[in-house]
Amino acid sequence: MAILINETTRIIVQGFTGKIGSFHAQDMINYGSNVVGGVTPGKGGQKHLDRPVFNTVKEAVEQAGAEASIIFVPPAFAADSIMEAADAGIKYCVAITDGIPTQDMMRIKIYLSRFPKEQRMILTGPNCAGTISPGRAMLGIMPGHIYQQGNVGIVGRSGTLGYEAADQMKRLNIGVSTSVGIGGDPINGSSHRDILEKFEQDPETKVVMMIGEIGGPQEVEAGIFAKENMTKPVVAYIAGLTAPEGRRMGHAGAIISSAGESAAEKVAILKELGVTIAPTPSAMGETIAAVLAKL
Amino acid sequence: MDIHEYQAKEILAGYGIKIAEGGLAYSPEEAVQRSREIGGNVWAVKAQIHSGARGKAGGIKICKTHDEVEAAAEHLLGKRLVTHQTGPAGKVCYRLYIEAGTDIAKELYLSFLIDREHERIVMVGSAQGGMDIEELAENNPEAIKKIHIEPAVGLQDFQAREMAFALGLPATMLSHVVKTLKGCYRAMRELDANMIEINPLVITGSGELVALDAKMGFDDNALFRQQKVAELRDKTQEDPREMAAADRGLSYVGLDGDIGCMINGAGLAMATMDMIKLAGGEPANFLDVGGGASAERTEKAFRLVLADQNVKAMLVNIFAGINRCDWIAEGVVHAVKKIDMKIPLIVRLSGTNVEQGRKIIAESGLPIITAETLAEAAEKAVQARNEVIAKEQAGAN
Repeated sequence: MAILINETTRIIVQGFTGKIGSFHAQDMINYGSNVVGGVTPGKGGQKHLDRPVFNTVKEAVEQAGAEASIIFVPPAFAADSIMEAADAGIKYCVAITDGIPTQDMMRIKIYLSRFPKEQRMILTGPNCAGTISPGRAMLGIMPGHIYQQGNVGIVGRSGTLGYEAADQMKRLNIGVSTSVGIGGDPINGSSHRDILEKFEQDPETKVVMMIGEIGGPQEVEAGIFAKENMTKPVVAYIAGLTAPEGRRMGHAGAIISSAGESAAEKVAILKELGVTIAPTPSAMGETIAAVLAKL
Repeated sequence: MDIHEYQAKEILAGYGIKIAEGGLAYSPEEAVQRSREIGGNVWAVKAQIHSGARGKAGGIKICKTHDEVEAAAEHLLGKRLVTHQTGPAGKVCYRLYIEAGTDIAKELYLSFLIDREHERIVMVGSAQGGMDIEELAENNPEAIKKIHIEPAVGLQDFQAREMAFALGLPATMLSHVVKTLKGCYRAMRELDANMIEINPLVITGSGELVALDAKMGFDDNALFRQQKVAELRDKTQEDPREMAAADRGLSYVGLDGDIGCMINGAGLAMATMDMIKLAGGEPANFLDVGGGASAERTEKAFRLVLADQNVKAMLVNIFAGINRCDWIAEGVVHAVKKIDMKIPLIVRLSGTNVEQGRKIIAESGLPIITAETLAEAAEKAVQARNEVIAKEQAGAN
């Protein structure tokens, strides 16, 4: 099972022939992901990494049966590529690109919402490390070897902090069903809540680790969802205890701009909603282990 | 990116928003010249710094004679103003905006913001202008009106009218209000602004709607397509270290502690800072070196961290994904040798090629303290910092 991707998912790479796209496409192929081709407008008909290049996503869907896509297109053109994927009938899209303008993301979200729900593309990112279902498929830029296959779902804004969590779990012999990076931007394709909903429906996932940070309303929204709709326990860590108000901490979305957005406030609210808190970033693994032991 | 009040007003005037007559001055002489050009018998001399709440900090002076204008300008130019938005370091005023006095009948509040929860632009208004909006939101939330705008069709007239009535504006002003609100919304969209705040927006004695103050912020990610906005950047208002970092493709935020940090990834950086705090220390900075940390980039990052005189120990925490630990280790060894680093350095490497990376550090012969886990790294950094302080105190005695 796992969520969003598995070993059969037919993947294409948008921005396939560029330097970054090529590097990570090769890495995904090496991991065992089913990469069936890529899209670079104007290079259709060529072969790259022993796979076909298409001019449009539509052609990739029609001719290669593409179901999922990963985007390495520069920020100025990324919104266009995401909408092209949605229009072509791609089911799941990961946008790796960092630096997409916020108002472009607003337009993308409205565009996606116009499709009927069963035809609507799921988008995660932008500005994320991607998604991995360990042992099955990787649709991202993470170091695949640090993930062990198992039954903990991970959802987080940050790439490297997600690696830290997976690494702590592996040391304790705890595996991951799927790890999803939702990205550090103010407006992103899927929220913590959206991914919790998927994990709740996945029979393989027993516990979910949510890695949040300062800024925005998403972690609290996810906590409310967990309390009202989830049977599975959720463990959370919120980064940014030491972050001062009003300053942007690297991620465009990591800024405390209104009440309830600091790490301490989010932790207090999540605790009240019944979410188990990992008290420190080095205790993510052991907190998960304790929760698993009680199941 | 933030801009000054006078720049925001110039932009908004281009979108049909009424502003008082005013001019920019860099010296007391220029200030007097501006007040003479404007005419009348009352002027506001306003410090141009990137912060709100300037009035409370003494940054706005109302003057009734040209001599008073000169004296106010003399007093404000070069002055460091501290508001709750600037932090304790404050911001230095190098520019003044001289504005004609406005006959105020009523003060209102108006802003346009990006609402992250609804993923839309929200128009916020209140009939209680001139106040701190956060305070108002806390004490009297019913006094605030919020209207969300559908991105595909934009701000509609009926929404603008709804806001006008909520603000208690008379029907005679309706068409003018609609024009003002729609102008703001267009500026927000066309220029990739993420914030416009007009506080106060005033009704004058003669029944006009005038933006008495104006603040605009822009999406850094969109500056590539907003050349004219990018040119409005005023580097005197930014932290020089943060600016130097941004120019080198690094993300840096200076803080008050004394343990310097270099980390890859914003989330891991925040988590490492949290760990330092939990171990009893205080981080001196946030620094994300990003994905492709070459030896050159590592050296630049080291120089940036060590430029802060408060730093007593430095912690490097890298979880290599696209990065490789051996590259990072080589970069660290190179930087330490080249800079001739004097303070303790703690390095924690994890992820891709970690064994090779640790070997390079171990065989370098440098007194680098290594750690395997995040907790261990933070504890060792705090311990090293405490030893440095103890030595300094022993030396002083």
